[in-house]
Amino acid sequence: MTVMTMRQAISQALWEEMEQDERVFIMGEEVGLWGGTYAVTKGFYDHFGPERVRDTPIAEGVIVGAANGAAMAGLRPVAELMTINFAFLAMDQIVNHSAKLRSMFGGQFTIPVVIRAVGGGGRQLGATHSQTPDVVFAHFPGLKVVAPGTPSDAKGLLKAAIRTDDPVMFIEHATLYQTRGEVPDEEYLEPIGVSKVQRQGNDVTIVTYSKMLQVSLLAADQLAQDGVEVEIVDLRSLRPLDMDPVMESFRRTNRCVIVEEGWSSYGVGAEVAARLYEEAFDYADAPIRRVAQKEVPLPYNRELEQLALPQVDDVIRAVKEVL
Amino acid sequence: MDKGEMLTLYHEMVLVRRLEEKAAELYQQGKIGGFLHLYIGQEAVGSGVISCRRPEDRVITAYRDHGIAISCGMSADVVMAELLGKTTGCSKGKGGSMHLADVNLNFWGGHAIVGAHLPLAVGLALADKYQGSEAATICLFGDGATNIGYFHESLNLSMVWKLPVLWICENNQYGMGTAVERASAVSEIRRKAEGYGMPNARVDGMDILQVRAATEEALKHVRKDGPFLLEAVTYRFLGHSMGDPERYRESDEVQKWKDDDPIGIFRKYLIENDLYDEATLDAEDQKVEQEILQAVDFAERSPDPEPQALFEDIYIEELP
Ligand SMILES: Cc1ncc(C[n+]2csc(CCOP(=O)(O)OP(=O)(O)O)c2C)c(N)n1
Ligand SMILES: [Mg+2]
Repeated sequence: MTVMTMRQAISQALWEEMEQDERVFIMGEEVGLWGGTYAVTKGFYDHFGPERVRDTPIAEGVIVGAANGAAMAGLRPVAELMTINFAFLAMDQIVNHSAKLRSMFGGQFTIPVVIRAVGGGGRQLGATHSQTPDVVFAHFPGLKVVAPGTPSDAKGLLKAAIRTDDPVMFIEHATLYQTRGEVPDEEYLEPIGVSKVQRQGNDVTIVTYSKMLQVSLLAADQLAQDGVEVEIVDLRSLRPLDMDPVMESFRRTNRCVIVEEGWSSYGVGAEVAARLYEEAFDYADAPIRRVAQKEVPLPYNRELEQLALPQVDDVIRAVKEVL
Repeated sequence: MDKGEMLTLYHEMVLVRRLEEKAAELYQQGKIGGFLHLYIGQEAVGSGVISCRRPEDRVITAYRDHGIAISCGMSADVVMAELLGKTTGCSKGKGGSMHLADVNLNFWGGHAIVGAHLPLAVGLALADKYQGSEAATICLFGDGATNIGYFHESLNLSMVWKLPVLWICENNQYGMGTAVERASAVSEIRRKAEGYGMPNARVDGMDILQVRAATEEALKHVRKDGPFLLEAVTYRFLGHSMGDPERYRESDEVQKWKDDDPIGIFRKYLIENDLYDEATLDAEDQKVEQEILQAVDFAERSPDPEPQALFEDIYIEELP
């Protein structure tokens, strides 16, 4: 094991896959000469050259569209969107093409494309640049949506995403790049669509993913001091959604809080709670609670923005409500 | 332009420059957060173009918007307050650097999604034409923005509907770290207008008098016959935003452009043509220093938004 940042883990995954498979290439804004706006692809341009690390114009539609086309023709593109907010400019390609080209033509095409996009709030970037719209993508059958919360998951999941023949939206969080964690030294893949228990406990189940995993872990540490043992299930993939560890945990704790950074309306919490009520209604000893962003476009002002985002204290409060 | 107007313009350009320098300082001190895109080097474009507008003409631009806001008549106090996220800022502290706007000044905003305000400009101009107004819409954007679909859709539609839009491309040679010729099939941006049969021109964006002359011509056309694309060739002296390592350009190149400082060029013109002497211009610089100090003071003393502000101004009426 080696301790490294999320940034290094993601970078290593890309590097290793590019070394192993000539068909893998990167395209996006500032991925080459600049080295990636979040420095994930630093050094790639010099090592792999401009053919495989392609700086594009600011044109998200054709970035994803050309990646779809190249994937149809046998390449394995990793298309980088500078931030997930700009995915909205490529929405038609993602939703109407990445997700549908296979089924609509009776399985003739494979679309082994990875769309890497970074999202998340908390950096005072204002309403259009701070969104966590992960569930939007998870809404569409045909896409896989992955959003890791630890360095080792990020590395293993990204490698798996590059190797799968399905289109994958790989969502990173801008404030997690410095998060450190242990990463195996040997080659490994993490399976897409498998949730993972990140902390064990028998009192309450927290279901979460991405940045909110880290927030939930902090909350769990504090709750443990009050004698409350929280179990944390990290979804890691929003589609396919693996409910098995969630169900197993809920049947034991009988209490559940779902923590997501995006808005709660029609969100991850809504989906997970509905499935719990549908399949494990009798196990509930308290109403399921959701912790999420306040239902407002995020403002620039630092205090207001923090007020809108889910915090450790919000998680603690919600856990105490279901106890 | 009479002599007095020239001094006003000189004052405005210096104000924009000092405001940006001060903003950079406050960013380093952590008083400004988020993204901060400075206009230093490009002052002659904003000041030159906007000095040609009539009050009824609308202005809309991208996120590099502090200078444009000042040229539209926003006070340094209000700009600074928005940068600090205060209630006295033009967007009540909710927009920040990239989202300055003041409807009363006919300034329709800084917009942070590249290219997204070009369709808005089409709509603004459509509304004017629809309502029989004589107003024009001036839409400024970067070279990088001309590679996105929005640009092409907007130029085309403005031409099909003969809308009164003056498209101003501020070609500062780079979109972030990507040089124009690495991202655009034609590096002379104005040629993109030709595909839409739109008249166009290119001007030295470092010389405010040339910018003004070209804008006046272009606006004449816009008011009579519809859209026009004016490309102003300019340069941003600093990084794309704060914290840009600038690995994509040589310092020699930056220096070469800095030798063509738009404020220096205008100052030299004013002095050499005996319009103003050094002492008068120095006194103007001093006035600007005071204005900036006052703006910072105003912004720092202004209140932060109350928590309740989070839920305000989202819908016409607050929803439960
Ligand atoms: C649709 C979209 N894609 C990417 C970005 C990120 N981004 C912000 S500014 C910028 C460069 C724009 O360059 P240009 O249009 O030349 O304007 P300049 O910054 O030079 O003034 C990029 C890529 C964005 N804001 N919106
Ligand atoms: Mg530019």
